[in-house]
Amino acid sequence: MRKPPSPRRSADDRLFRLGTGFFALLVVLLVGGIAFELYENSRLSIQKFGFHFWQTTTWDPVAGDFGALPFIWGTLYSSLLALVISTPIALGIAIFLSELSPRFLRTPLAFLTELLAAIPSIVYGLWGIFVLVPIVRQIEVHTPDWLKKAPLFTGPPLGVGMLAAGLILAVMVIPFTSSVAREVLKAVPATQREAAYALGATRWEAIQAALRYGRTGIAGAIMLGFGRAIGETMAVTMVIGNNPRISSSLFAAQHTMAAVIANEFTEADTDLYLNALIEIGLVLFVITLVINALSRLLIWSVNREVKVEAVTKAAATALPKAAA
Amino acid sequence: MNQLARRKLLSGFVVGLCALAVVAALIPLALIFFYVVEQGFSSLNWDFFTKMPKPVGETGGGMANAILGTLMLMAIASVLAIPVGLIAGVYLSEYGRTAFATLVRFTADVLNGIPSIVIGIFAYGLAVLPVHRFSALAGGLALGFMMLPIVARTTEELLNLVPASLREGSLALGATRAQAAFGVMVPAALPGIMTGILLAIARIAGETAPLLFTSFNNRFFTTRLDQPIASLTVQVFTYAISPYEDWHRQAWAGALVLVAVVFVFSVLARVATRRLERMHRT
Repeated sequence: MRKPPSPRRSADDRLFRLGTGFFALLVVLLVGGIAFELYENSRLSIQKFGFHFWQTTTWDPVAGDFGALPFIWGTLYSSLLALVISTPIALGIAIFLSELSPRFLRTPLAFLTELLAAIPSIVYGLWGIFVLVPIVRQIEVHTPDWLKKAPLFTGPPLGVGMLAAGLILAVMVIPFTSSVAREVLKAVPATQREAAYALGATRWEAIQAALRYGRTGIAGAIMLGFGRAIGETMAVTMVIGNNPRISSSLFAAQHTMAAVIANEFTEADTDLYLNALIEIGLVLFVITLVINALSRLLIWSVNREVKVEAVTKAAATALPKAAA
Repeated sequence: MNQLARRKLLSGFVVGLCALAVVAALIPLALIFFYVVEQGFSSLNWDFFTKMPKPVGETGGGMANAILGTLMLMAIASVLAIPVGLIAGVYLSEYGRTAFATLVRFTADVLNGIPSIVIGIFAYGLAVLPVHRFSALAGGLALGFMMLPIVARTTEELLNLVPASLREGSLALGATRAQAAFGVMVPAALPGIMTGILLAIARIAGETAPLLFTSFNNRFFTTRLDQPIASLTVQVFTYAISPYEDWHRQAWAGALVLVAVVFVFSVLARVATRRLERMHRT
């Protein structure tokens, strides 16, 4: 017969559980605290402008008139552009590393691509200003005139602008998308590929079968990259030109939500100005919260039986994982 | 047969594209490393580490105050985040299957994806707004918030690498759960946890956005927690967008220091994790 644990011991264990659980609770409280505080500190702007804030394009701190549409536009434009560039590359890397690469190359290549995530944003920005922007300017100068008539390529060749921002964001996002997509592919049962081969599939057709099996997780990986691109601040603000103007042109200097906060926060001399900036921060918070939550759920839904830790490790801390 | 040849061709084509994708990602990495090393190395000298910044227009000087400032900010962040994150990580590893643990894990991962600039606003509201002064404390707070989920998740993952038989053994010998966790499990994983935390610190040291309006900047050196303080990243930013050639030079030197630190810790963490995995492979 089983003997019940002594009362002292079970009291000890309960205390241990509650005590450590309290510290774990702090993580949850932190997210709640951020939401509450950002809302509190942006009330002035929310009350004064309402939804109008997100529909108008005037950003006039002197007159106290604030509309955030150009920033939303710039954030979405630059992030989508980054996504268009980075997704094929990131998926290609994930497929290569999980399906095709020779064993001895796998670990070093994975390490190198994940190193992209370790470079500080400010270093990307510095490199962007002095290396990438001049290159982009050359591209813009040499764009043929007939092409410049298209709405995507109008405007003077500044170098700084949407194209430079999209390119640098794409590079920064690649390691996040590729490492999660790789974990997802790793979680696809080998029987999927074997079945495809047994039916006479070529290599690419077998990979397609694996991709189809893990499609929700792959979608999650892409969304995770999107969330990163939306919140990226320093590198973007250094190369996008910081001009609050809505333009469809890749060559035009524009602005983003994160960039305007970084640039103008210390200059906000009125409460309303500060509140308007914090409201932009609040919306940035809500958007990234939703995107990250969704992408995690998508990733988890594929990897449930496989350890989730591997995915989040690669994505969140990018603590290099030794390939087995 | 014709169709089979076509399918094989397509397959080979896609395989080639995937290999190209890897190359496409390694090109910017190589370019960034090349420029940072090339531009930074020639500007990196003893003065950079030991001298204070010179006034605008004068060449020379260094970032001594910014380097010390970054070290101080990291110390504040570590003091705040490591104990909390470590204990939260122990909880996640000990009671990982509960619904609450799943919620915490989920929140920690989501928190990790929140833009650092938003964390900066949060710290601003907590520590700058009430006293109307930028401070080292506010900057450290912001960095600590960013470090917390990473430390918690890293601790959990490394504890999970320790075989459960160690816990069971100590429980069988009459240890309480707390004794088993803090006396047996944590020490077994400690080398890995420590490198993981060092890597987190190295990464957070590269953050700029949350410092812009919390610790702000300071041309002088200070050890006071309630005063604005310089940091390597904010200094690199200020110098990068300035019009002065000599400041650009120093910005590259600063970038080289940042990249070198992150690189060294990435390699160390990798080696440590690997060793731990090999040690506990069953």
